[in-house]
Amino acid sequence: MRPFEDVVAQHGPTVLRVCRAVVGPVDADDAWSETFLSALRAYPDLPGDANVEAWLVTIAHRRALDVGRARSRTPVPINTLPDRLAAHADPAERHQDLWDALGRLPTKQRQAVAYHHIAGLPFTEIAELLGNSPDAARRAAADGVKTLRKTYPKDQSA
Amino acid sequence: MSTNIFDEIEADAARLADLHRRLETAADDAGVLDIAYRRVDTPVGALLLAATTVGLVRVAYDVEDHTAVLARLADTVSPRILHAPARLDDAARQIEEYFAKRRTTFELPVDLRLSAGFRRSVIEHLRDIGYGHRESYATVAAAIGSPRAVRAVGTACAHNPLPVVIPCHRVVRSDGSTGQYVGGPAAKSTLLDLEAA
Repeated sequence: MRPFEDVVAQHGPTVLRVCRAVVGPVDADDAWSETFLSALRAYPDLPGDANVEAWLVTIAHRRALDVGRARSRTPVPINTLPDRLAAHADPAERHQDLWDALGRLPTKQRQAVAYHHIAGLPFTEIAELLGNSPDAARRAAADGVKTLRKTYPKDQSA
Repeated sequence: MSTNIFDEIEADAARLADLHRRLETAADDAGVLDIAYRRVDTPVGALLLAATTVGLVRVAYDVEDHTAVLARLADTVSPRILHAPARLDDAARQIEEYFAKRRTTFELPVDLRLSAGFRRSVIEHLRDIGYGHRESYATVAAAIGSPRAVRAVGTACAHNPLPVVIPCHRVVRSDGSTGQYVGGPAAKSTLLDLEAA
């Protein structure tokens, strides 16, 4: 089994991008942290032939839900972000319209889009996470992308 | 299908480094950081330092291949391994002081789980060879009650999990030549010269 450090180095960036797409740039940090702490705890029991990235996305899916729930219980106005975040919170500022566009998608579409287009998960596995069928997961991703193309037109010119 | 929008969702290196540091602290606090490691630059090259919650468990020379050493730790101790310098701050500082000739003994908790049986007896004895002193392989063999196991003492020294900190470099040949060393003969001479100066 590889040292967990290798797992963080190899998959940390993708998991952060997935978290940012699913819960937005502010909550993504907590979702990422919770994901890798949970993963580290469970790592010794991971079967040797497991798809590590799919496993991480599964954990991120659950942890993102937790972070989302905590956030809805205690809403935090955006201007009270701690300095640590504000110091380089550029992704949030640079792409506010992108976050808005993603945030307006129905949750399952946003998740399907992130898990398929960023993490590269097959729709069979996404369906398991979303509790729907592979066809429904595929449709959710397609609908999500179609909506994003309309609401975030920069996509076509980039 | 080109969906450039996803390229704009970045994972910048600065934020990832930040998150890594958060993970190191959270993992240690939660008791799931089984092995923390870091590197320290010395006159004998970059040394890898690794510690369990018990203490320093491994010091490795560059020539041992740090990646391979970490992979073996993952197999033999635990794969819950992170680059987490904080746990090694004390060890790194004492090693730097040693090479700056400001320290002659290490005061560090050690975890000798990688060494067992006869080799463990040798390693335990090495800890008693003082700074600037030398012992022959034969003397060490006699000291641990196996006077004929001279060659095995050499093997035990070659498998010292904590070179530099546990001074296997102070064990030399009976004819006075320095002999083999896990970090290479040049590193052994450097350490002996440092302590003799």
